[in-house]
Amino acid sequence: MTGLSCFHCGLTIAKNEEIDFDEKKFCCAGCKTVYEIFSSNDLTSYYEFEKSPGATPQDIAGKYDFLENDSILSKLLEFHEGNTAIVSLNIPHIHCSSCIWILENLNRLQTGISTSQVNFHEKKVRITYNSDIVSLKEIVYLLSSIGYEPYISLENYGESKTKIDRSLTYKLGVAFFCFGNIMLLSFPEYFEMKEFWLDSYKPFFRFLIFVLALPSFLYSASGYYVSAYHSIKTKMLNIDIPIALGIIVMFIRSTYDMLMDHGPGFFDSLASLVFFMLLGKMFQTKTYSFLSFERDFKSYFPIAVTKINKDNSEENAAIYDISKGDRLLIRNQELIPVDGILISESAEIDYSFVTGEAVPITKKSGDKVFAGGKQIGRVIEMEVLHSVSQSYLTQLWSNEIFQKKVKQKHKTITDAISRYFTPILLLIAFAGFGYWILIDANTAFNVFTAVLIVACPCALALTAPFTFGNILRILGKKKFYLKNAVVIEQLAKVNTIVFDKTGTITTNKKSNITYEGKSISDGDILVIKNVLRASNHPLSRMLYDFLPETKRIKIEDFQEITGKGILAIVDQKEVKIGSGQFVDDIKSDNFEIEKTALHIKIDGVYIGKYVFQNQYRDGLEELFRTLSKDYNIKVLSGDNDGERVNLETILPKGTELIFNQKPEQKLEYIKKLQEQGQNVMMVGDGLNDAGALAQSDVGISISENVNVFSPACDAILDANEFSRLNYFLRLSHKAIFIIKMSFGLSLLYNVVGLAFAVTGNLLPLVAAIIMPLSTITIVSFVTLMSNYFSNSNLK
Amino acid sequence: MSVIYLLISVSIFVAVCFFIAFIVAVKSGQYDDDYTPSVRILFDDETKINPQNNNSQIEEKQV
Repeated sequence: MTGLSCFHCGLTIAKNEEIDFDEKKFCCAGCKTVYEIFSSNDLTSYYEFEKSPGATPQDIAGKYDFLENDSILSKLLEFHEGNTAIVSLNIPHIHCSSCIWILENLNRLQTGISTSQVNFHEKKVRITYNSDIVSLKEIVYLLSSIGYEPYISLENYGESKTKIDRSLTYKLGVAFFCFGNIMLLSFPEYFEMKEFWLDSYKPFFRFLIFVLALPSFLYSASGYYVSAYHSIKTKMLNIDIPIALGIIVMFIRSTYDMLMDHGPGFFDSLASLVFFMLLGKMFQTKTYSFLSFERDFKSYFPIAVTKINKDNSEENAAIYDISKGDRLLIRNQELIPVDGILISESAEIDYSFVTGEAVPITKKSGDKVFAGGKQIGRVIEMEVLHSVSQSYLTQLWSNEIFQKKVKQKHKTITDAISRYFTPILLLIAFAGFGYWILIDANTAFNVFTAVLIVACPCALALTAPFTFGNILRILGKKKFYLKNAVVIEQLAKVNTIVFDKTGTITTNKKSNITYEGKSISDGDILVIKNVLRASNHPLSRMLYDFLPETKRIKIEDFQEITGKGILAIVDQKEVKIGSGQFVDDIKSDNFEIEKTALHIKIDGVYIGKYVFQNQYRDGLEELFRTLSKDYNIKVLSGDNDGERVNLETILPKGTELIFNQKPEQKLEYIKKLQEQGQNVMMVGDGLNDAGALAQSDVGISISENVNVFSPACDAILDANEFSRLNYFLRLSHKAIFIIKMSFGLSLLYNVVGLAFAVTGNLLPLVAAIIMPLSTITIVSFVTLMSNYFSNSNLK
Repeated sequence: MSVIYLLISVSIFVAVCFFIAFIVAVKSGQYDDDYTPSVRILFDDETKINPQNNNSQIEEKQV
């Protein structure tokens, strides 16, 4: 290894392959071309913001021909009138300031583009262009040629512009406005100065405070009234009941006090309470706009496919228009969108999106091919059996689990507490009222309202949002992205963990390669490595990377036979690399359990074979050992049980292994476990796990590249962090522990406040101090504790 | 009428103006993307003309 890295993309340059150009070094011709495009357009500033920001452009010939189809085009464009068109494209490669710069300078590369604007978090670029001068297809080709290939999927088809809900921001803004102004105007009251001129303006100040409190009371806090109403209707006492009750009582009592000239009322406390609680809500909703937790097959499937008409002409047709009996053309790297029968002689189909299995499956003419596979190699033809919605894989989404929107599957910890809190609070309020009514009716009324005001569980309600919000951010930094805060609570309740096998506990990035056969000479390795160099088959690439670095030698003849192997001539010797049957007519005795292997024959002599085995993720054994102490662990796999023996040695004893599971069976299995009262966490990766992920209490999807693929789930875990799963689970337990502790703390505040209230001593000033004080202590307590636990070694 | 009524009314009015400005800003989507504009502002308006540009094209022909 020379250790040189490419000037454009930053990848290490393989020995003997570096390209020198303009005193810079590049790893491949693609990177060099991008540099040429930029330098000839005076755009080399691209390389100044960030070191090696680029990506190698991919070959996309023919891939975007469907953009010429007007009906498809109109579904993709955000706006099109006259010759002005606007399109929003999702570009997964956006990752640094250089990306923003080059994408916002697209107009220098292509005439007709007027402006382009990047949204970094959503990884999107919004391009306004003149459709008379340039077409969307040309723009997409331009983007691809500079390494920013957009990701266009069926999801974009007729995508209605989703309205962003900004109501929380408005409510928070209103609450803050009211809170700030009321605080300023209340200042004279706090000091209770018996100054003549201050006294004479009292009614004016109080009137202003009252007016300012109205928006906060009526608009900002409205969510709490609605929620409290729903909770009473469904007879589920949640935390919003005492909150809404406290706010309403506070408002009525303050208005009464003010009108009767008893005092300034509690408007300041009311405004601060509403503000802090909305702030907590805001803090809790941490969203990862570049991730999507709601993906279904639509985000994997292409928008259009090439259809072959009866008269052999080709046409781009939208996926939804494909019907039974149509003939389709699938190119290299294109996804098969529907089930069908292969017409071409043979095909190599990569089902890694579906199953997580990286090694492609060979199909012969007449075989059934299922939707979701990706064709590798030559162009193939197929005949459609089912339309897209009725295909084997997509049918999974017709299961009811995807139809019903489960609003809340369980009670949150805050609601569990408030089930006891609310009745006790009412009891104290009425007891206080009952005691004082015998002494003084006026005090009795004051005590009753003061109890409800001071007990308004502001701190209690803030505990969970701030703890979860903070934990959510901590986990996000550690590359474990949760859909929302509720997932943390669900994580802490899990007692059974179900793992998918392929792609989840195994990695498809590298394989465990072993050699079986005669001893192999260095000369042979040299020949094998050089023959493999030219092949793009995944197995060849893996073996190529596995073999030691060698010199380059000349290959005289090279031929790749789809589904069979490579035939090459080196030094007048014939080299055959490929399947057993192809290389040496070896008939495997048992077709089912045949291991994936590459056989080698040089100059008519059979040398041996390289066997590929599943490579389990690093730290798997350790992870399973620690997890098995506290959880039931099960492994579900869609594959045959060829790996059973191997898995049993790695996994702790008693781990249940279930093989040959179809997507629906996985879903049913999870359902069965739940019916037995288990809280199930499913860890999966491919589309075939989508049903199980949706059914489970917590569905975690493992992703090698979080920006691109993951089925609908509750959380997305970066594959490199897989071995820390136990740590994440521990942290969720700690989060619940922190919440319980701070519940204790906030109840303490409530007791102190109640002591003031029941004795009839709650002055507005006391309330104005207790409420912010409790809020601040609670917020800092939970923040400090969650940071402490996240840094401590959780074993 | 004392001046304090006027002063306080004016101050509240100014506050309300700022508040309306905030609402308008939120509505126009200014707060939807809080990262990209912070990077964008640092870019130079005029891109530097690369003096080596002509050389590189000569080299290109040699390659």
